[in-house]
Amino acid sequence: MDILVTGLLLGGTYALIAMGLNLQYGVARIMNLANGEMLVAGAFAAFWFFTAGQVSPLLSIFLVAPLTFALNWIIYRYLLLPLVKRAKNRGQLEVDSILATFGLSFVFVGIMMAVFGGDYFTYSYLAEPFVIMGDIYALNRIVAFIMAVTICGLLYLWLGKTRTGMAVRAVSVNPEAAGLVGIDVLKMSAFAFALGGAVTAVGGSLISTFLTMDASIGVIFTMKALIIVIMGGVGEVRGTIVAALILGLAETWVASVIDPGLTLAAAYLMFILVLLFRPQGLFGRQSS
Amino acid sequence: MRRRTALKMAAAAALIGSFAIGTAEAAQTIKIGAVAPKTGPLAGGSTVTHWPNIELWAAQVNARGGIKLKDGMAKVEIVEYDDQTNPGETIKAVQRLATQDKVDFIIAPYGTGLNLAAAPIFAKYGYPHIAVSAITDQIPELSKRFPNMFFTLGSTSAFAQSVADILSKMNKDGKMGNKVAMVNVADAFGIELAAAARPIFEKAGLEIVYDKSYPLGTQDLSPVVKGAKATKPDAFVAWSYPPDTFGLTKQSIIQDLDVKAFYTAVATCFPAYGGAFGKAIEGNLGAGGVNPDSSEFMAYQKAHKETTGKDADFWASATTYASLQILEQAIVSVGAPDRKAVIDHLKKGTFKTVLGDIKFNKNNNNEKFWTVGQWQNGVFQGVASTGRPGAKEVQLKAGWK
Repeated sequence: MDILVTGLLLGGTYALIAMGLNLQYGVARIMNLANGEMLVAGAFAAFWFFTAGQVSPLLSIFLVAPLTFALNWIIYRYLLLPLVKRAKNRGQLEVDSILATFGLSFVFVGIMMAVFGGDYFTYSYLAEPFVIMGDIYALNRIVAFIMAVTICGLLYLWLGKTRTGMAVRAVSVNPEAAGLVGIDVLKMSAFAFALGGAVTAVGGSLISTFLTMDASIGVIFTMKALIIVIMGGVGEVRGTIVAALILGLAETWVASVIDPGLTLAAAYLMFILVLLFRPQGLFGRQSS
Repeated sequence: MRRRTALKMAAAAALIGSFAIGTAEAAQTIKIGAVAPKTGPLAGGSTVTHWPNIELWAAQVNARGGIKLKDGMAKVEIVEYDDQTNPGETIKAVQRLATQDKVDFIIAPYGTGLNLAAAPIFAKYGYPHIAVSAITDQIPELSKRFPNMFFTLGSTSAFAQSVADILSKMNKDGKMGNKVAMVNVADAFGIELAAAARPIFEKAGLEIVYDKSYPLGTQDLSPVVKGAKATKPDAFVAWSYPPDTFGLTKQSIIQDLDVKAFYTAVATCFPAYGGAFGKAIEGNLGAGGVNPDSSEFMAYQKAHKETTGKDADFWASATTYASLQILEQAIVSVGAPDRKAVIDHLKKGTFKTVLGDIKFNKNNNNEKFWTVGQWQNGVFQGVASTGRPGAKEVQLKAGWK
């Protein structure tokens, strides 16, 4: 029971890390290697609001979200759109975008270093014990989990039930065909990219309540997000959630029952198994 | 960016100043190279401990006119490189400083691994290498291979021994039992310390009831703390790095890990640690320590805050600054930026530093260093050292409230 709850909480954290990248990669076809930096930026914002103005991270995300949405839209419009237009096929776009966002990640690290310095930043928010069935958990992790469930649920409903959501899914499945039926593919891609960036930054804000970070820690989150997105299937919200939960449960189980030293090994073992037996991801479609 | 602008402005001001005074004074400068992480996993540590001290020292030296040489004063000019916490980059940068920038001296890199990686290059080009954040048991072997390499912060087994001494004394005094839960980060530093600690703890009559490692960058340390808690230890010891030092402490507060002694290694001495947890960490033990009541340290702390805008940590910050004082005094004694003569002088001289007098032994090692500190009334006090005065009494950890 203890392992189950701890694992689910960690899985929620992982879902927050990966959900944004899934939108960016699945719809806009941008393999965004600066994803982790966007997350750290969200965390920095939450830290700053909390220490400077005692603003709860749960409130500051409502400011972080639109700001990062705009920032990511600008990034897509001016940095990535030329690459999209130039690319002759999907493979070329992926290579170009990987290189461009890799460079972008350094720019972000540099800016954050200049603005905030390279120190570790951490603060105590809701770092209180919360008892579920006799076991103690951290309240801030539970709050982050609930927010993760909310965000994922909203995204799922939005993608499944609304007209814009359907258009986004259409672009994800087949950009050419989507264009033929009158969907503005570039606009939808920009929208999905910006939304993905905002979701990632909000995730960062929530995660900052319990993780200690510094300006250049983003790459760790990018790696985790990559694994989860690929495990779950590109462009699949459900897949990302399931993969994040599986990873969280597996890591917690290994850490509690076998040895904490083997958590990374367990995560990569699962990743390899998925790649071997279901290369399109748990919920992914066979690529056409 | 801010720092660089400030440096540029300082340099410009110095330039204008020297013109204003006239050309009679020869514009002598000593170029000093610095390589350390500004990005990558160790950047958070080096931004607290390493870089501010270089900034502080250079500002102080230039404010008093420079380093005194036989033929007049020489200002210092710092050339900085970011090694991205990558040993390959450290090596390249040191090489570049020696061959392209042709600097007179190079400040030691940050971190055990990066110092060891760069040691052959320092030796090859004959630069004195006064290592600070390089904690290892290989000091005799290393100084034999690299006679230009000096050590200031101590050895692995001395750190493990001090922790064992503190715990076994509390056990013998009847203040707590002998059960220790020990965890370590699965990285060179943590692995070496855990390996050194096992036999030392056993010899000191301590029983290790939980002994696990976790990978660097673990996002959820609650299974580790829960596992340790389940073994009902009297003391908790973690050979940890900064992010996990924070993480383990947070989890222990939440889980209310009831121990009489709680030790985490690197970053326990950081001002941010005290800032993040406030009163909850009263009585926490950690690697390092200083004598915060000595007038030298207090003056240093004040200057550090004024010049860099940041607080010095309670361990390696002062040692880093001391290593620069040592370099400066050796250059003054020699009277010229003569690297070979400076190395010879380092071996035999005694140096007045913020930590007190420092003299290197035949293994180029500073034998007197702080090993354990404890948060007492909001200050990280040194409680154990290998011969530094001013150690405070160790207190029992009394809960997390």
